[in-house]
Amino acid sequence: MTDLAAQDPVVLFERHRAEQIRSRRGQTVLAILLFFTFLAFSINMSQFFPEKLAAGLPKIGDYLYDILPTLELSKLHLDTETEGSLAYWYFNLPTYLQLLLQTINMAVFGTLIGAVFGFLLCFPASRNLIRNYWIYFIARRIMEIARGVPDVIYALLFVWAFGIGPMAGVFAIAIHSAGALGKMFAEVNENVSTGPIEGVRATGGGWFEEMRFGVVPQVWPNFLSYIWLRLEINIRSSSIIGFVGAGGIGQELYYVINFNHYEEVSAIVLLVILTVTIVDLISERLRHQAIGKEQLL
Amino acid sequence: MNSSMTFDRRELDELRARFPEVVAFDKGRRNRNVLIGLGVVAYVIFCLWAFEITWERLTGGLDKMAIVIRQMVTWNDFWTWDFSGIALGLAQTLGMAFLGTLVASLVALPLGFLAARNVVGFSPLRHLVRRVLDVFRGVDQLIWALVYVRAVGLGPLAGVLAIMTSDTGILGKLYSEAVENIDKKQVEGVKATGASPLALYRFGALPQVIPVFLAQSLYFFESNTRSATILGIVGAGGIGMQLSERMRVQYWDQACFIIILILIMVGVIDWLSGKLRMHFIGKRDL
Repeated sequence: MTDLAAQDPVVLFERHRAEQIRSRRGQTVLAILLFFTFLAFSINMSQFFPEKLAAGLPKIGDYLYDILPTLELSKLHLDTETEGSLAYWYFNLPTYLQLLLQTINMAVFGTLIGAVFGFLLCFPASRNLIRNYWIYFIARRIMEIARGVPDVIYALLFVWAFGIGPMAGVFAIAIHSAGALGKMFAEVNENVSTGPIEGVRATGGGWFEEMRFGVVPQVWPNFLSYIWLRLEINIRSSSIIGFVGAGGIGQELYYVINFNHYEEVSAIVLLVILTVTIVDLISERLRHQAIGKEQLL
Repeated sequence: MNSSMTFDRRELDELRARFPEVVAFDKGRRNRNVLIGLGVVAYVIFCLWAFEITWERLTGGLDKMAIVIRQMVTWNDFWTWDFSGIALGLAQTLGMAFLGTLVASLVALPLGFLAARNVVGFSPLRHLVRRVLDVFRGVDQLIWALVYVRAVGLGPLAGVLAIMTSDTGILGKLYSEAVENIDKKQVEGVKATGASPLALYRFGALPQVIPVFLAQSLYFFESNTRSATILGIVGAGGIGMQLSERMRVQYWDQACFIIILILIMVGVIDWLSGKLRMHFIGKRDL
């Protein structure tokens, strides 16, 4: 009788299940305990206390209300002198547009410099393309330092070294992009097919010829798409890098926020959102085109 | 063809005549490349002018950078540094990132479902939720931080709120995409047992999306530990505050020390959360 019960698949299954549940319960309790300890630590560290929140939240509402423009429907079309018109809200539009162009230009130029240096660094940083371990090691570490530090921190440093202005921003973006792109490029390089490289070697080509005619034609399309992706990221970061004085629309935004030119805050933020959205849309379209053409990814 | 695999001029010409398409020189392509090259050179010159990058500024700046780097690596009065302040900054950064991501995930959870096409058929509501998420996402975290610092004052609370706001936007969008990509068959299977609409979500949809949600939140916790390090620059607490203060008064050695600590912290968090992610979703890619 007992024998039969022990062989019953349902009983066996239930027993096995109970065992598993028991062994998992200990882990779950431990995980929950850890989670709440860390949560308490975080709340304590960041002063995320109810009374502080209750005091702060209405102020956030007030602030958001303050930066909204006072627009009146009947006056929308009037000139810059009339309060309540669109023109009054965007009275500084020519300056904004100029700064916006500068911001985008900073991103493009920074990405260009970064791409050049990332390109130069990625070949020595690919394990399959370089025989000397130390060259590989040094190239990897250089890239890690370049991309590990956020570009705003570099900007802070460069503002001190090169002076206030977009030059510091461009260099900060460039150095961070060089590290980030170099790593991406190197990963592409490590997946190349060796056939073309061996082909070039067979004709008597040296290391540089191998890279130029064996590797680059294989990886170039991927490199381009990574550069484009980076440009998108850089346009975002170039709009805030001005907070530390490194040029672009961020510098103006920092100024108007700190000096409480309320309506200008919303005007600039709206322009920045618009720019970033347009860039996103363009790049989405380009990506779809590229995918349609190449039929991969 | 001679046996030594070298060709004289006459043979070369003969070969060229025989296989014109192999040796054809593509003039259009060369012209295009030259044009692109010229364009890039012109653009670089324009940028040098537009950003006022001159040789003197470059060399002067590089000289200063050399001084900075020298000071960064000579740590003289190491034991007198404010270690407790630095440790507190690091702890604050971690706390800000964790709490910001957690709250953002909780807020994004319902919003993600509301923004999913296969959940909300009523399109005005869906579009409204999506546009709100767009605004949260479109404004950079650092701008949110600056705004919150004006509202709730200097300190890590502003940082948490900033991380929370921008991450709600991103996570909400990612969550809604995950919900839109669920496999219908499991939902239909639950439906076949006669389950109620709520049970349909609980047993049909949630088990499919929860691992993805968790993995994405963990990923953003990682990325927020990075970005929380710079929020302090605008006064929103964390290690960035310590770092930027020291950089402004040119304590480069301490700044370098802090940067190294940040890199170590970010590395450790990356590793830990990578492990956790693996635990939750297996070896599957996002």
